[in-house]
Amino acid sequence: MIMKKIETKLYDDFLELFRINPKAFSHGNSNFVKQQRELSRQNFEANGFPSNKNENWRKTDLSKALNNNYIIDYQEIERGKETKSLFECEIIDFDTKLFTILNGWWASNTDLTSNSQGVIISSMRKAQLDFPEIFDKYYGKVAKEENGLISLNCAFYTDGYFIYIPDNVEFTQTIQIVNLIESQSKLFSNTRNLVVMGRNSKLKLVHCDDSLSRVDSVVNSVTEIIVGDGANLDFYKLQNKDEHSTVLTSNFIEQGANSQTNSNTITLNGGLIRNHIDVKLAGKGGNANVFGLYLVDKTQFVDNHIFVDHAMPNCTSRQLFKGIADDNAKAVFSGHILVRQDAQKTEAYQNNNNIQLTDTAGIFTHPFLEIFADDVKCSHGATVGQLDNDALFYMMQRGICERTAKMLLMFSFTQQVIEHIQLSKLRERIVHLVTRRLKGELASCENCALSCENPNSVMTFEIDMEKV
Amino acid sequence: MLEIKNLHVSIQGKEILKGLNLKIGFGEVHAIMGPNGTGKSTLANVITGRDLYDITEGEIIYKGKNLLAMPIEDRAREGIFLSFQYPVEIPGVSITNFMRASLDEIRQYKGLPPMAAGEFLKYFNEKKNLVEMTANLAKRSVNEGFSGGEKKKNEIFQMAMLNPDLAILDETDSGLDIDALRIVAQGVNKLKRADNSTIVITHYQRLLDYIVPDFVHVLYDGIIMKTGGKELALELEEKGYDWIKDQGKA
Repeated sequence: MIMKKIETKLYDDFLELFRINPKAFSHGNSNFVKQQRELSRQNFEANGFPSNKNENWRKTDLSKALNNNYIIDYQEIERGKETKSLFECEIIDFDTKLFTILNGWWASNTDLTSNSQGVIISSMRKAQLDFPEIFDKYYGKVAKEENGLISLNCAFYTDGYFIYIPDNVEFTQTIQIVNLIESQSKLFSNTRNLVVMGRNSKLKLVHCDDSLSRVDSVVNSVTEIIVGDGANLDFYKLQNKDEHSTVLTSNFIEQGANSQTNSNTITLNGGLIRNHIDVKLAGKGGNANVFGLYLVDKTQFVDNHIFVDHAMPNCTSRQLFKGIADDNAKAVFSGHILVRQDAQKTEAYQNNNNIQLTDTAGIFTHPFLEIFADDVKCSHGATVGQLDNDALFYMMQRGICERTAKMLLMFSFTQQVIEHIQLSKLRERIVHLVTRRLKGELASCENCALSCENPNSVMTFEIDMEKV
Repeated sequence: MLEIKNLHVSIQGKEILKGLNLKIGFGEVHAIMGPNGTGKSTLANVITGRDLYDITEGEIIYKGKNLLAMPIEDRAREGIFLSFQYPVEIPGVSITNFMRASLDEIRQYKGLPPMAAGEFLKYFNEKKNLVEMTANLAKRSVNEGFSGGEKKKNEIFQMAMLNPDLAILDETDSGLDIDALRIVAQGVNKLKRADNSTIVITHYQRLLDYIVPDFVHVLYDGIIMKTGGKELALELEEKGYDWIKDQGKA
């Protein structure tokens, strides 16, 4: 397939950089990775950045975000530059193992490579040299280079995280990865991640995309996750970026037989965000929950592009994405379910519900079901609505002011997604952040997706339901 | 407490209330009866401030203030409560949080500090028992998946929580079986004070066996066609509304 390209200097810059310094990104890489990079570079050269002339990008125009003087930084950042001083996760009692990616580089002081259970948490650059038997087996196997952004990433990524959970191992701590941009100059960074989960293993992964400096930046990330037979993954993506940020994520999840994944993509702020989530149910009896919530205002733009591939029988998938667009913000959802001929007894559901608060906000929702098996249960539903006037009147008749009533309604709208967050501390935090976001108190300039100035402030009517 | 003078209200150009007059004193219970489509619910909505209507003429004075100039939430904070004919479902907002928000805002309006959590819960439980509401129900989202009876109980529960000066019960008896009707009516009666007033909007005399009115008004064709004591309700039950209509013409 020939992609229509965006004409941008950035395209030439990347290729020119390669001509001048072919090893700029690949120095110190394994030969295997070097070969992969070269193939991807050729793909990028052929395909370029996808323009909105392509069906999958029809509503998402990257040209403005890309036509900018970004620095393509390939200078490795010293390990240990982060963490405590630069970033501190403020969720109280949230027991996580925290690692930081800074401007595309692994910035944590430590890795986890000598765990008694065999768990590995390290950087991509290190893992490809230290653990080639695992790395080479899975790297690049589930990411599909279906557009130039993914090829660009594969060719020019700097670093990223590598996680390996062996068979039958449950990693009880939550792994939290914080992907930070902190730069004085406009920065384009490509990060690449790989997660390999063995049979019957368990992993809880929280990935936060944050920005610390208010300069224009692009994060183009590709994450591959291989979920072994019977394995169980909880995957949370939290995005609270400033309006100068463009975040383009491509996430590929391949699930084995009887495996279970819950993914939840929560976008609180951002300039232009595109999340591509591709789930392949590649073994019998797999189950994928793909959830998301987006709250955009001003001129923010968010696009969730979901593809769930039912390749084997007896699998279930549930997509639920909910969003609120205010001011001139735009939100795009496209959800594609493919049920292949062999995938009998498939259950696949998709829902996308939106609240459009102003006439100038825009919601584009595009469900797409493609079914080749005959014994399946599939459904999809998409709604775009306003706040319920009857409910507003009802609440105001109880003395609640319009602003609070609207906020309560918006908050309740988000609950259906939030309640699926399995980690209770994280869920409480998201409730708190969403509340503040809806009150207009959560600015994107605050440090990160999970921190805020006063973590103890709560809504005045918040109350412990267990005691009622 | 409430005085409605020559109230004309239309919706989408169609006049519903055509010069309605009504005066309600402190501590009184007024029943408003009348056939469907004569403007009973419109009256309730206009008093509480629903903005679907055009008020073309007349005024409403509540506790000496111009009610029509007040925003919806201030009318509620000043003690006007509507038990909705069709209570609205609000998924995701628990009754507890809803009442907490409501009480806090009303107290703030009155210059009172928010209730402490413990105090609130004690108060909440006390009022819950008044309408025999189960603990389970109180934890659920407002009216979501409630039966007709549960919704009406929830309305009276909220009324108990907010302790209004003027309560308007808009067909609170519709959709209730006889047991639920008794519980709801008893709840209303327990909330009666010497100085608070109640407007009971109903089709049937049945509810008035429990909530005994001081005055019965027949709302017909946009005006109060006839006013009487509680015996008027019995007469209506027996003779139907046509009787009033004929009287009105006479």
